[in-house]
Amino acid sequence: MGRVGPAESGRALLIEIRFHGRGGQGAVTAANLLVDAAILEGKYAQAFPHFGAERRGAPVVAFARISDRPIQIHSQIEEPDIVVVLDPRLFDLVDPLEGLKPGGYVVANARENPVSRGDYNVWCVDATSIALSLGLVVSGWPVVNTTMLGALSRATGIVGLESVVKAIKSNFPGRLGEANAAAAERAYREARPCPAGPGGSGG
Amino acid sequence: MPVMGLTGNYAVAHAVRLSRVEVVSAYPITPQTTIVEKLSEMIEKGELNARIIRVESEHSALAAVYGAASAGSRAFTATSSHGLLYMHEVVWWAAGSRVPLVMAVVTRAIGPPWNIHVDHQDIMDQRDTGWIISMAQENQEVLDLTIQAFRISEDPRVYLPMIVGLDGFILSHTRAPVDVPEQELVDEFLPPRRQPYVISPETNLVMGNIAPDDVHFLMRYSMAEAMEAAKRVIEEVDREWGKLTGRSYGGLVECYRCEDADYLAVITGSWSGDAKVAVDKLREEGIRYGVLRLRFIRPWPAEKIAVHAEGKKGVLVFDRAISMGGYGPLFSDVSATLYGSRISLEGVIAGLTGVDVKPRDFAEAMRRFASEVDEKGFVYKPREWLLPRKYRENPEKIREVARIWS
Repeated sequence: MGRVGPAESGRALLIEIRFHGRGGQGAVTAANLLVDAAILEGKYAQAFPHFGAERRGAPVVAFARISDRPIQIHSQIEEPDIVVVLDPRLFDLVDPLEGLKPGGYVVANARENPVSRGDYNVWCVDATSIALSLGLVVSGWPVVNTTMLGALSRATGIVGLESVVKAIKSNFPGRLGEANAAAAERAYREARPCPAGPGGSGG
Repeated sequence: MPVMGLTGNYAVAHAVRLSRVEVVSAYPITPQTTIVEKLSEMIEKGELNARIIRVESEHSALAAVYGAASAGSRAFTATSSHGLLYMHEVVWWAAGSRVPLVMAVVTRAIGPPWNIHVDHQDIMDQRDTGWIISMAQENQEVLDLTIQAFRISEDPRVYLPMIVGLDGFILSHTRAPVDVPEQELVDEFLPPRRQPYVISPETNLVMGNIAPDDVHFLMRYSMAEAMEAAKRVIEEVDREWGKLTGRSYGGLVECYRCEDADYLAVITGSWSGDAKVAVDKLREEGIRYGVLRLRFIRPWPAEKIAVHAEGKKGVLVFDRAISMGGYGPLFSDVSATLYGSRISLEGVIAGLTGVDVKPRDFAEAMRRFASEVDEKGFVYKPREWLLPRKYRENPEKIREVARIWS
């Protein structure tokens, strides 16, 4: 199950993930693709949107669970192990760290550490630049969801890059899938831990 | 076909495709809509050879599939909440006519106020209609139940329509692994359609006319008998499906950690999974519960409930619906089933209107009931409330919100 989660204790390993994005950036699709990638690895998984109306551009969340055993729980995720933030400016609008477990992972589309507090494993990737360079743009907006899945795979190991790429290609056949897969691969290479700098308080 | 990531609604659509349904009619309503969206996509691609009848309401949607089914077609519809209420008259017509038919009900609260989230008020409202009513816990079970529904509904011992219940959003919009069987397997499992009569231009048949009262009485009696017979059919079908796919769920009920339990929690639908997590947690504290998950609400699994409850100290029933002025619908029936047993009994109303119920909420109610039974020896509480946590923790807030209507 990668590097995230409790140590082997005979209990099921259940990893809970929350995606933060803006309506239209593909947070829900990212959660769905993550589930497909987990299934390819023989794992159990769930992906679900925030149950309510969503608007393009407004802050949205989507959720996923991955486990090595069948997942019984169906209630909402309150204390995720991992948060994935598709737009760094969301830190000014909502609190993506809310409920995040101590020592949890933050995987952010950001050039610099956007986290101002807490004991978290923060990883950064410039997903916007990667998506733009590969032409992943819808209605003038860079779509960074698949890029961020590559970074998520690198940072946490909860699913392998190969599974992410396969899931992307089976959901989006043809050139669209190729471009999205390339974005995930590049993000996997470029994602890096980004502890807070000397002036920062986070990391 | 390999294991796929499917939402509960797409699992329904694949089951309908594999069951070779010939006529579909539905009216869009959240959270049911994506079932029929997927079906029309499958028809457009030629994966399913069926006709979609477009209609202006749910009342007409069920009327259309009821007509198609009467004329000999395997037919399907799906709805939720207000849509189900709007078709309610035809729900009775279809059952009373003994026409095999399958409907997916994606459970959702009933307004006002407008609310698209899950509870069981809509599906529980159909208890008296003569439809067989099932409830799934997982997306895989949604697919399996939908295919089985055609087999059960079209069994000559039954000839009653069947509802497959799946919880709105919690299953309908959640993607999870689903093993989608091959067409050949489903063809082997599902015989060609059978039904008590077929309307055609060549048949002399009168439907829906006035009948002598005593004949009508016998029709009602025979429906009730068919419901009883359905219990055996449901068990048989579950076993046979298990042989073909490796997935058998226990028929009318599934009992989780029941054997050595002192208490039972009775529940139905997707939140049963959260109750199971609570049961695991309580075992660590030495409190031994089992979860008796009702996979069918009609026919009512009375015998199974009685057997599983025997020797237990108490039975705690979780209802996600309420009969206003009465009790939770599951509680009423459990109470009737266990009459005279001297087993402690409590009904808990929880999770209405989409309010999330977590394992720790279940554990709280379970712990309280167990300690009360241990203290008093016998408890009978037909209607207790598990209010949303913020009101439990701060009852002052109730007054604040309730002043609008009091």
